Amino acid sequence: MMNEPAVVMKDVMKSFDGGKDYVLKGINMEIPRGSLTAIIGFSGTGKSVMLKHLLGLYKPTSGSVRVLGTDLSKLSPDQLTKFRCRFGVLFQSAALFDDNTVLENVCFPLYEHRRDLKEAQVVRIAEQKLEEVGLDPKHFGKLPSQISGGMQKRTGLARALALDPEILIYDEPTTGLDPILTEMVDNLILSTHKSRPGTTSIMVSHDLSAAFRIADHIVMLDSGKVLLFGTPEDFFKTDIELVKKFVNKGMKHQ
Amino acid sequence: MSGFLASTREVGLELTLIDRTLGGVSWIGAWVIKFAKGVIEEAGKIGLFFFESIRLIFDKPSRFTEIIRHMEFVGNQSIGIICLTGLFTGLALSFQIYLGFKMFNAVNMVGPVVALGITRELGPVLTGLIVAARAGGAMAARLGTMRVNEQIDALDVMGVNTKQYLISPRIVAAFICMPLLTAVFDFVAMVGSWILCVRLLQMDEAVFWQKIRDMIDVKHINEGLLKSAVFGIFFALICTYRGFNTTGGAKGVGDATNQGVVQSMVAIIILDYFLTNLIRFYYNMMGIS
Repeated sequence: MMNEPAVVMKDVMKSFDGGKDYVLKGINMEIPRGSLTAIIGFSGTGKSVMLKHLLGLYKPTSGSVRVLGTDLSKLSPDQLTKFRCRFGVLFQSAALFDDNTVLENVCFPLYEHRRDLKEAQVVRIAEQKLEEVGLDPKHFGKLPSQISGGMQKRTGLARALALDPEILIYDEPTTGLDPILTEMVDNLILSTHKSRPGTTSIMVSHDLSAAFRIADHIVMLDSGKVLLFGTPEDFFKTDIELVKKFVNKGMKHQ
Repeated sequence: MSGFLASTREVGLELTLIDRTLGGVSWIGAWVIKFAKGVIEEAGKIGLFFFESIRLIFDKPSRFTEIIRHMEFVGNQSIGIICLTGLFTGLALSFQIYLGFKMFNAVNMVGPVVALGITRELGPVLTGLIVAARAGGAMAARLGTMRVNEQIDALDVMGVNTKQYLISPRIVAAFICMPLLTAVFDFVAMVGSWILCVRLLQMDEAVFWQKIRDMIDVKHINEGLLKSAVFGIFFALICTYRGFNTTGGAKGVGDATNQGVVQSMVAIIILDYFLTNLIRFYYNMMGIS
């Protein structure tokens, strides 16, 4: 079981209107354990929908999604809720709780799932995670609205790391950031991935240069299907016209 | 020949008229069916949402701290506005009833009539409307903002049961706080009535209280408190449902808040009528006068 890929999607189809139109039209892919995989594609190709299937937030209309050896469609809602503790997610907006301080945001998942820990232990772990992502302790007591976008991303990542997840998911982590901040977040993702061998990282991104620079594997979606799954080299060597066009245009813009 | 053509034209016009009338009727019928279907579907969704939220109250982990936090918001922070509106409701209602009863030389009955009206009707209804607007609106807006800012998704993927964490404590808090706030409203409104009748209109204080004691029973107060607990459940349910299912950014949050508050207020007024009848029916069944 341990050799099974972190994620296996088989013939996954998804329709939101009773089968008239499909957003995902038969996704087949395997994401190896311990790899850093980037999911790329034009807007509206089903990247976010696919991500929500991985997290068990959506159920496929047909097909199956196996994550860490478990078929998500076979889990009850309560089992699924518990299963999600094995994920850590950094959202596009960081999605921090705005009435909690930076430290409280990172403590939150620990309070929820590590009830065996004393408060001092929870705080110590949270502080360690925040330091791990490079946040200065002077910001720990601030509210999310009082820190910069980059610091919010760091806090979001520290919160995602709090429970030492087996799969780390980055949902468009650099969208809307300036080039310097984008590079900082990319490096943070790479260093986090390297410092946690065995952790599978999945990044949905529009940032092609980052995807090619840091990812082990890249998945390109088009019209709800996997157009190409391979290493960055595979993408440069491919003959698929749409991939070549996407890669060339994307790299030119960045 | 021309007569034949004229009669044919008349028949044609009649057929067109019948056709249009039938078309109109079928359009209205289709609209009614669609509307009824929408209402039933929405009621079903709210019902499921409610029962799941109630079931989750008893699930682990306990959300006691969250319940207390929301009680502080729904209850404690509403006391000021409840006291203010209660006082002026008592003053205004007493004055209106005094003006009416003066015509029949029955001013001694102002106190008990105000007390009956406040404890059984105005207390729970006005408290419900005020708290639904203040706390219910805030619930819908808060949850709506959390939804559009992906905070609810973040809770979901952190393995937190979002309904248990966000919805159930709010419903419990509203259920507990509403009767307490109604009791405060009743008390302050009666203080208002006392100020007007005894202090401003120089009515006999002993008679004022004695008449209230003669005519008001604990069951009247209980009736209002029971209604207010139900109002609490309903406004919290409607507002959290609207907020939790918000879609579409800032506009969606505004819409959810608007819908939550308006629907809660309408529900409170409609429910009040049915609850009043239900409680009367229960009292009659139990032989309570």
